[in-house]
Amino acid sequence: MARIIVITSGKGGVGKTTTSASLAMGLAQRGNRTAVVDFDVGLRNLDLIMGCERRVVYDFVNVINDEANLNQALIRDRRCDDLYVLPASQTRDKEALTKEGVGKVLEELAQTFEYIVCDSPAGIEHGATMAMYYADDAVVVTNPEVSSVRDSDRMLGILASKSRRAETNAEPIHEYLLLTRYSPERVARGEMLGVEDVQEILSLDLLGVIPESKSVLNASNSGVPVLLDPESEAGQAYSDMVARYLGEQLPHRFLEARKRGFFSRLFRE
Amino acid sequence: MRLLDIFRLRSPRPKGSSAIAKERLQILVAHDRTERNRPSYLPKLQRELLEVIRKYADVDVSAVSVNYEQEDSREVLELNIVLPEIIAAVNKRV
Repeated sequence: MARIIVITSGKGGVGKTTTSASLAMGLAQRGNRTAVVDFDVGLRNLDLIMGCERRVVYDFVNVINDEANLNQALIRDRRCDDLYVLPASQTRDKEALTKEGVGKVLEELAQTFEYIVCDSPAGIEHGATMAMYYADDAVVVTNPEVSSVRDSDRMLGILASKSRRAETNAEPIHEYLLLTRYSPERVARGEMLGVEDVQEILSLDLLGVIPESKSVLNASNSGVPVLLDPESEAGQAYSDMVARYLGEQLPHRFLEARKRGFFSRLFRE
Repeated sequence: MRLLDIFRLRSPRPKGSSAIAKERLQILVAHDRTERNRPSYLPKLQRELLEVIRKYADVDVSAVSVNYEQEDSREVLELNIVLPEIIAAVNKRV
């Protein structure tokens, strides 16, 4: 049985696609056949973050409309044999994703894949509800910032009421919190909500804390999931996140402000 | 600027804005959640009640209020109907 994971947030720009790319890559690197699906119809970006934008021929909507079969649309990752990308289409028709169509494609994917990562668009509109509808697990990506935390909480309400699991009275979707763009220095100065604060408000299973890092932009600039940058703290934090998702017990890292030397304190911009 | 910061360290620093953020969020999220947990039939119930009452008395849209509260295992549905006679009586007393 494949496990369907939705990466969601409500608010835009918090790191859903970055997280989808790294989670999918991490799962695949550990030998799990993984497909990552872009649900952001009209504004596809996952292919860019994964670095396969020039290999897109057919997309998700083509498969739903039977204009192509799944194997024609899936793009195999060049770095990892167990990873496939299903790109979103550029169509402006937001209703192109039908519940039946999405269900059909996910069911077909589930026959050959172990994990299906659904990269949700921002908002609570059609695309976002389609991405979460069939999910078994949800990763709620949140920035330590008021509007993002509030939107995440709203997302939790929708996950609990508008998913297949909710409608069929099945076991509820397992919801995880992923805190991204975390700056321990700013938390220490009392400028930013800390992990405990966000945890206290949302009370979710904490899957990981990704520190604010220049390497995230570097990675997306070059179309490489940041998880593949083992030098960077963000890459390491994403690796930990994948391990935790797979059941390993790991302590959370990069939560403490780094001690600054006297001179770096004097000369910081 | 950073040089000045070193001197500032000696004086008690003002509390950062994160504490305010947390407080605001706690209130907001608690409010959002009670809204969300209300039964979805409440607005319809309110509308239909109003229609029934209007058959007998000429009341305003705001005359019927429906409140829903949840306390642990108990759910309280509170209906408040203000009839025009009562309003008139109150007015008379004043």
